[in-house]
Amino acid sequence: MSVNKKDILQTAKELRTQVGGDFHQKLVESIYSDAASIADRAVERPDKKQKFDLDRTIDKIVTNKWTGFPIMILLFALVFWITIVGANVPSRWLAELMLEKVYPWLKVISANIGVPFWIDGLILDGIYMATAWVISVMLPPMAIFFPLFTLLEDFGYLPRVAFNLDRIFKKAGAHGKQALSMMMGFGCNAAGVISTRIIDSPRERLIAIITNNFSLCNGRWPTQIMLASVFMGALVPAYLAGFISALSVVAIALLGIAISFGVSWALSKTVLRGEVSTFSLELPPYRPPNLWQTLYTSIIDRTLAVLWRAIVFAVPAGAAIWISANVIIADLSIAEHLINFLNPFGILIGLNGVILVAFIVAIPANEIVIPTILMLTVLSGGLAGVGEGTGVIFELESSAALLNIFTAGGWTILTAINLMLLSLLHNPCSTTIATIYKETGSVKWTTLATLLPVAMGLVVTFFVTQIWRVIELLL
Amino acid sequence: MAEKNKTQLLAPKEACAECPAYNAANLKKLGLNIEEVDHVIALAGNPNVGKSTVFNALTGLRPHTGNWPGKTVTRAEGAYEYGDKRYKIVDLPGTYSLLATSLDEEVARNFILFGQPDVTIVVVDASRLERNLNLVIQVLEITDKVVVCLNLMDEAERRGLKIDDRMLARDLGVPVVPTSARYGQGIPELLAAVHEVADQQIKTNPYRIKNEPPELKNAITQIVDQLKVVYPELPNPRWVALRLLDGDEEIAEAVESGEIGSIVQVGVEDNKALEVSE
Repeated sequence: MSVNKKDILQTAKELRTQVGGDFHQKLVESIYSDAASIADRAVERPDKKQKFDLDRTIDKIVTNKWTGFPIMILLFALVFWITIVGANVPSRWLAELMLEKVYPWLKVISANIGVPFWIDGLILDGIYMATAWVISVMLPPMAIFFPLFTLLEDFGYLPRVAFNLDRIFKKAGAHGKQALSMMMGFGCNAAGVISTRIIDSPRERLIAIITNNFSLCNGRWPTQIMLASVFMGALVPAYLAGFISALSVVAIALLGIAISFGVSWALSKTVLRGEVSTFSLELPPYRPPNLWQTLYTSIIDRTLAVLWRAIVFAVPAGAAIWISANVIIADLSIAEHLINFLNPFGILIGLNGVILVAFIVAIPANEIVIPTILMLTVLSGGLAGVGEGTGVIFELESSAALLNIFTAGGWTILTAINLMLLSLLHNPCSTTIATIYKETGSVKWTTLATLLPVAMGLVVTFFVTQIWRVIELLL
Repeated sequence: MAEKNKTQLLAPKEACAECPAYNAANLKKLGLNIEEVDHVIALAGNPNVGKSTVFNALTGLRPHTGNWPGKTVTRAEGAYEYGDKRYKIVDLPGTYSLLATSLDEEVARNFILFGQPDVTIVVVDASRLERNLNLVIQVLEITDKVVVCLNLMDEAERRGLKIDDRMLARDLGVPVVPTSARYGQGIPELLAAVHEVADQQIKTNPYRIKNEPPELKNAITQIVDQLKVVYPELPNPRWVALRLLDGDEEIAEAVESGEIGSIVQVGVEDNKALEVSE
C-alpha cells in the first residue's frame, strides 16, 4: 500500500463527512461513558446520604441571592477594617524611626563630613526620603492586608464571589469566567490579564482584558487604604474612624466592579458584539488554609515583592523629584513649572498639579503615587504652602500628621475623593500595558485598554467636582 | 542514560532500594536548578486538584497555590533528584479536557504531545473521580507513560468515599498512587512509581477508549493503518487519527509537514515544546 501524507488528510476528510458533524459529540460521549464505568467499579459510595454537608450549607448562605452580596461586603469591610486599624501603629512607628530619627541623624553626619549640598540633597532629601515614605506608608497595610486576602482565597471564598458575580457578567454580555480573571486582577492586573487565557472566546477574552484594570491591584490598595484612613476617618468620631475608612475602601472596590460590568456591557453592545458562551463554574471545596504557609507566601511573595518593586521605582523617582524641585529655570524650579502648568487642569477635576505630576511619575508603578505626592508637596514647599522650602524636616505622627501635610497642600475632602477615584480609574501600569500587548498582539486594543480608564477617570472626577461645588454653593 | 551499576550496592542496601521510604529519604528538591536532567515529567490534571501542591512537594518551590480553578494558566518548571536521576517537572495548566480550543488546553496538549515527557503524572481529585477520569482517558490516548496521582484522598475520606486504587490501576493499565499532597502523604510512593515508569521498569498497558460507536471505530482503524505506513514510529497513531477526524487543523498541519513524525525523536534536550506554548 503506498500512501503519502496528503492521502491521510484526504481519507480523514472523507471519513469525517461520513461520520457526520456530530463526531466531536460522539467522541466526548464515549469518553464520558468509559470514565463513568471505570469510576463506578473503583468507587464505593457511603450507603446513607450524609446528614449534614458543611460545604453545601456554607454555600447556600454565601451564594444566596439575598445574603450573598451583604456577606461579601461585610467580609471585605472586615478585612479592610483590620488592615486600617492594625496598620496605624506600626506606620507611625516606622515613620518616627525613618523620618524623625534616622533622617536628621544622616543629615548631621553628612553636614559634619562636608558632603556637597547637591549630593546631600539628591541622596538624603531625594532618594532616602522617597524610600522612607514608600516603606512607612505602604509596608504596614500590605503586611496585614495581603495575608488576610490570601487566607480568604485559600479557604475557597473567592470562587464563591465569582459565582455571585457570574450571573451579572453574563447579563453584561461577557463570559462568566471573567469573574475569575477579575479576582486575579485584585492581586495584580498583569496577572489578571494573563489569567484571561481561561476564556476561549476571543471576543469575551478581549472584554475581560480591557476591563481588568478596574480591579484595584496590589499597587493601588495601599493608596486607597491610606487615603481612606487619613481623610474619611477624620470625618467621623474616632471610634467610628476605622469602620468608615474600611467602608469607603469597599465602596471604591465595588465601584470598580460596577464599572467593570458597565464597560463590559457597553463593549459587548458596540465594538465587541457577539454570542455569550455558556460554561459551568465549579465551586471547589472549602479547605482549611495552612496558616503558616499562607503567612510565609503572602509576606515573601506578595508584600516584599510589591514593596521591592515600589522601592526600585521610588529610588530614581526620588532622585528625579529632588532634581526637578531644585533646578531653577526662570525663578521657578522645574517641578513648579510642571505643577503650575498642570494646576489649572487639576483644579478643574478637583485635584491639583502636584497630584497630576505624581500620576505621570508613577506610570511605571502605581505603588509610588502617594510617596511622590508627599515628596512633591513637601519639596516644592513654597508653592504648596508648607512654607519652609526644600528639604524641610517635618513632624510626623500617625495619620493626623499626614492630614496636616495634605491640608497644608491645599487638600480638601473633595481632593481625597477624587484622588481615590482617579487611582481606580487611570491607565494600567506599564507592566500591565506590556502584558496586554503581549496577550492581544494588537496596538489598537492595547491603546483602548490604556486610554479608556484615563478618559473615564477624568470625566468622572470632573463631574464629581462640578456637582460637589454646586452643592457647596447651595449649602 | 547512565546504566545502573547494581553490583556496587551491598545486598541489604539493594533490598532497601526497592522500598519507597528509602528513596524518599534521597529526594533532593532542586528548585529551579533544571540543568542536565535525565527525565522530563509533565504534571497534568483538572483545575483545582492540587497539581501545584504536588509540584511544590516535589521541587521545594513555593509558587502560591490558590484554592480556585484557573490559578495556573502558564507553565511552571522545577526539578528534583531521586534515586540517581535528575528530573525536570513541568506543571501544566489545569484543564478538563484536551479536546477544546482555549489557550490553556492547547498549552497542556502541546506539551504532552510534542514535548514528549518521559512520564506524565495526571493528578486527579479522588472525590470527583468520574469527571477527572475523562482527562486521564484522553491523556492515555496520547501517551503510554502515565502515572495517575489519586490526590485529595483526605477529602474523599471525609465524604465517606472508598476508592479501590488497585482496581483503578488495573482498569487504566497504569500505576495509580493515592496521595494527600497537602500533608505530604503518598509522595514517596508517587516518586517511586514515576521513577519506575521513567526507567521502564514498569510496562504500562494503557486503557483505550472502548465505547465508541462502530462507524467511529472503523474510521479510526482506516486512518491508523495509513498513518502507520507513513509514520511507522509514531507512538500514538490512534490519537492522531481521532484529532484528524475531529478536524484539528494544527494536527493536520503537523501530519502534512511531517512534524508529527519528529515526535519519536524529540528528547529531553529539545526545547521545541517550550516555544510552542509561549
